Amino acid sequence: MTNSEKITAFRTIVVKEFLRFIRIWVQTVLPPVITTALYFIIFGNLIGSQIGDMEGFRYMDYIVPGLIMMAVITNSYGNVVSSFYGSKFQRNVEEMLVSPMPNYIILCGYVAGGVARGIIVGLAVTLISMLFSELHVYNGWVLVSVFILTSILFSLAGFINAVYANSFDDISIVPTFVLTPLTYLGGIFYSISLLPEFWQTASLANPILYMVNAFRYGFLGITDIHLSVSYTIIIVFIIVLYSFSMHLLNKGKGIRT
Amino acid sequence: MTKALQIKDLKKIYDNGFTALKGVSLDVEEGDFYALLGPNGAGKSTIIGIISSLVNKTSGSVSIFGDNTDNDFALARTYLGLVPQEFNFNVFEPIGEILINQAGYYGIPRAKAELKADELLHKLGLWEKRLDMARQLSGGMKRRLMIARALMHEPRLLILDEPTAGVDIEIRHTMWEFLKEINAQGTTIILTTHYLEEAENLCRNIGIIDHGTLIENTSMRELISRLQQETFVLDLGNSITKLPDVSGCNLTLLDDHTLEVILPRERAVNDLFSYLTKHDIKVLSMRNKTNRLEQLFMDMLDKSEARGNAS
Ligand SMILES: Nc1ncnc2c1ncn2[C@@H]1O[C@H](COP(=O)(O)OP(=O)(O)O)[C@@H](O)[C@H]1O
Ligand SMILES: [Mg+2]
Repeated sequence: MTNSEKITAFRTIVVKEFLRFIRIWVQTVLPPVITTALYFIIFGNLIGSQIGDMEGFRYMDYIVPGLIMMAVITNSYGNVVSSFYGSKFQRNVEEMLVSPMPNYIILCGYVAGGVARGIIVGLAVTLISMLFSELHVYNGWVLVSVFILTSILFSLAGFINAVYANSFDDISIVPTFVLTPLTYLGGIFYSISLLPEFWQTASLANPILYMVNAFRYGFLGITDIHLSVSYTIIIVFIIVLYSFSMHLLNKGKGIRT
Repeated sequence: MTKALQIKDLKKIYDNGFTALKGVSLDVEEGDFYALLGPNGAGKSTIIGIISSLVNKTSGSVSIFGDNTDNDFALARTYLGLVPQEFNFNVFEPIGEILINQAGYYGIPRAKAELKADELLHKLGLWEKRLDMARQLSGGMKRRLMIARALMHEPRLLILDEPTAGVDIEIRHTMWEFLKEINAQGTTIILTTHYLEEAENLCRNIGIIDHGTLIENTSMRELISRLQQETFVLDLGNSITKLPDVSGCNLTLLDDHTLEVILPRERAVNDLFSYLTKHDIKVLSMRNKTNRLEQLFMDMLDKSEARGNAS
């Protein structure tokens, strides 16, 4: 395939993926917006006023970055895992497998679809949060880059989950039992400096902590973790997950018999 | 002439240890209309799966128009259009989108793909349905959708795995006409089928596979010449009670208006008719009792079975 043919193939997957979640926006875009609005009302307004400041910021302002991150993580992951598993289940993944398009185009296409969903939902949640909190941007570059990298990372993770999944149960196990706990314990609602020493150290094993903190730095200029550590961890994860995804695709794991 | 398909010593052992192909070699010439026949479970879909890279082979090699499916997979796949046995499209996607996306995976820009999709939707009688989702189509329409999808990138080799299974007679015949037409325009076609009539009607060459082994690979004409005898059923215009005596033919009276004739190859049909005419027996119509290849086919499978048991 020529490069321009590859670009056409890539664009085809991305547009198809975009239209898929837009068509069912009531299931895909609306729920995270409602959930986040509830968080703002309960934690920000009702309880937050009792909590007082966190690291010198209103509690509401402190949790906004983490809540946006949470929406980006669950939606990027969820988009790729359900779309790719769905195409395995209905076997229309074969439409791509018989075509001359190389595997990395398939992978990048799905990841770009997950990132697109992350961006749409992330922006929607950001708009909602502006009703409750005055957003300040401390460092736009950090904000945008952490946002996109996190979205890529979890799109890749969702892809791997879909490759291994053999049932619809399998695509909800990881989000429920791994992703949700890690997200809640990833420093969205508190600074880890409030934790006892042991739990502070334990928290450092949670990769989501690094993303939430780096993203919060983009808004507020504060972080529990040095920025360079955050970026390194995120990028290493992306490289590992991408290589593993390519390995699975090249082997035909779960898609070629 | 270029070989459209070249398969060498293809073996497949599935993950559960089952040996589906025991070393199949097969060539199909460019421009051919080739039938792959065999009972259920013989390994037809496995061969097609390997050709189209949906099934990983255990050993052997496959080339499509000279390009190897391992080393030159992009070219090999571009030459191939596949209509699989099972429906494999997203039933929640509008059918026009299914076609345009498929072209996109081959690198065909949208504007060009739209023209091609329009043409194929018209030709295959799906134009009225182009905005419908795939799940709203009837079984026969779904088959035709898969044919249209396989042709979006104008492949030189079209492979159809049981394309007329579960399709009613009328649609089956229009499908045959369509396939004949694109074959005449130069597309090489390979199809698997259960219907011997279909193979006889469409195909020039034929391979018969059983238990993962190719037991026959020849031309349709040669195969038919092997028929030792044919059985005809004659509907008579007048009732007869006494069995006519035609030398060399074996006749049975099914009822007083129906005569069954077993005609050996060396006997001409003319002899039979001249006898009947002489005796004032009027024949209204004549047909083959079963498809004439059916018995031959069954005999071959029996022989292959016997060989399999002996080894
Ligand atoms: N994924 C699989 N795992 C194990 N055995 C399989 C698999 N797919 C097919 N088979 C077996 O391989 C044999 C050939 O199957 P197939 O190629 O589908 O036959 P056909 O298309 O001629 O009916 C059958 O016995 C079938 O049960
Ligand atoms: Mg089959």
